[in-house]
Amino acid sequence: MSEPLRIVLVDDEAPARTRLKELIDDCAPLVPAVVVGEAANGHEALALLASPSFVTDLVLVDIRMPQMSGVEFARHALGLPRPPAIIFVTAYDEYAIQAFELRAIDYLLKPVRQARLLAALERVRGLGTSATAPSREALQEVSREPRRHLSVPERGRITLVPVADILYLKAELKYVTIRTAEREYLLEESLTHLEEEYAEAFVRIHRNCLVAKARIRGFEKALEDDGEQGWAVVLEACAEKLPVSRRQWSLVKELAKG
Amino acid sequence: MTSINQNEPFDSLPDFRSLGVAVRILLLSNIAGLACAVIQSRSLVQIPAQFADVAVILEPALLASLASLYAISHWLRRMPYVYGIAAVMLLELLLTSLVMLGALRLGTEFAPLSLGRAWILCLLLVGLILGYFFWRYRAYSPALADARLQALQARIRPHFLFNSINAVLSVIRSEPGRAEAALEDMAELFRALMQDNRRLTTLGNELALCRQYLNLEQLRLGERLKVEWDVARMPGDALVPLLLLQPLLENAIYHGIEPDAMSGTVQIRIDVDAGQVKVLLANPYHPEYEHRAGNRMALANIRERLSLHFDVEASLVTEVVGDRFEIRLVLPYRREE
Repeated sequence: MSEPLRIVLVDDEAPARTRLKELIDDCAPLVPAVVVGEAANGHEALALLASPSFVTDLVLVDIRMPQMSGVEFARHALGLPRPPAIIFVTAYDEYAIQAFELRAIDYLLKPVRQARLLAALERVRGLGTSATAPSREALQEVSREPRRHLSVPERGRITLVPVADILYLKAELKYVTIRTAEREYLLEESLTHLEEEYAEAFVRIHRNCLVAKARIRGFEKALEDDGEQGWAVVLEACAEKLPVSRRQWSLVKELAKG
Repeated sequence: MTSINQNEPFDSLPDFRSLGVAVRILLLSNIAGLACAVIQSRSLVQIPAQFADVAVILEPALLASLASLYAISHWLRRMPYVYGIAAVMLLELLLTSLVMLGALRLGTEFAPLSLGRAWILCLLLVGLILGYFFWRYRAYSPALADARLQALQARIRPHFLFNSINAVLSVIRSEPGRAEAALEDMAELFRALMQDNRRLTTLGNELALCRQYLNLEQLRLGERLKVEWDVARMPGDALVPLLLLQPLLENAIYHGIEPDAMSGTVQIRIDVDAGQVKVLLANPYHPEYEHRAGNRMALANIRERLSLHFDVEASLVTEVVGDRFEIRLVLPYRREE
């Protein structure tokens, strides 16, 4: 007998978690499995997963939850040192199901059937956690809306930075610096991807810098590196002035007018 | 089955007791009066004076007509359509003659046209107005309403159906009694959803349905859903379209409660005031979830059904007050006769 699968359930509806637990118990004689934790939303679940000495092999997560969708939760969870396998559970979501099918991401439909759950558990057990975890790219593709948080790994934990708090994002070597009013964080993502994801809320002012549109207070004349006259962005709650490149000025100027 | 406007065969006289019909008659007649004034005027500045001349005859005749039609409406509607038309025509000719004679007694300057011309104009106007109502009812004929009904019924949220079944499954083993009650609620709810929703029901019945619906949601959402009822003064016998409030509650939960990890309150207040039933429905407002589809469709659906049933006498307005989303519904207090 090998170790049972350690499973975490994430759903904002308590009865839905109860039901899954009952089904997992029913499956236990065939696929040894045990529920090691439950959470009502993505924040709780991430806190649970990141706590030291907590080990889980598989997370069953509802897609539609308040504050953080199941898909966003999964994207953050993949940043953990030992990411678990993730299976999505949904009552009805035509778009998501289509997207999952296309990218071979595993999902269960509510009400979950025991046979279907059994097959999913067997697959995770047979292939192992890392082989069954969805890829970051696939999850990014199925996300319908931008993440509300960026997740920053710090000393084995995950810090969630609310996107609404971000003043600007600046690419530096292989990292992106996240600047909020309080502090800075280092993120391992590409600025180009971030620009695509947050095209509505952020504007590129320079080859290496995205600024939150809502935080722009104004523009100042400034000297550029080559000594030419240029412009800089003045931000709310931030003493720094960020130079606008000449290429981007025509775009940024539109914001200044509007 | 209670009779309602758009279910009537189009070859029957309009309900002269309805405010909407009266307003339409007033509007159409005055437009016709204005047209006469414009035709008779030689320049723009003459139009008001000409219209005043027309109004001297038109307005008293109009008001007398509305009052008499209101009085004999029931009797008229029991006649075959053709006799009804004839009766209305005769009544109008009589009223026009009386007004004309009255005007002539006051002096010829008050009677801008001869009795014969007045009769012709009167008949044309009555024909125009009855024709208008004929076409209007035809546009809302049962076949069209049926097609609409089909479209309206396809709007049961699948998300709600599957989540509710899931919630029932989750309590079947631990609380079989609760599962039983939930399935009974579900059966009632789906029976109502599959019924002909052009029917009218009583407000008391509609509210019972709402409670069954909320029981199901409570099972699923538990502590997160709080409901505040204020219906002590509700007129339980008031007639309302079937499924008037339930879809609004479903919206309140979908947009107001589900997006919130904490608990939220849905408030329902119903009272009656000056012959009007007033409903207030409020739920927490989450602007960041406004993109969730379906809200406007449900509201448009209910507005359409309200106007089919009650015409201009019913209204539905929505408003964001602070962090609450409020829906205010006003409809006439009608009872089964």
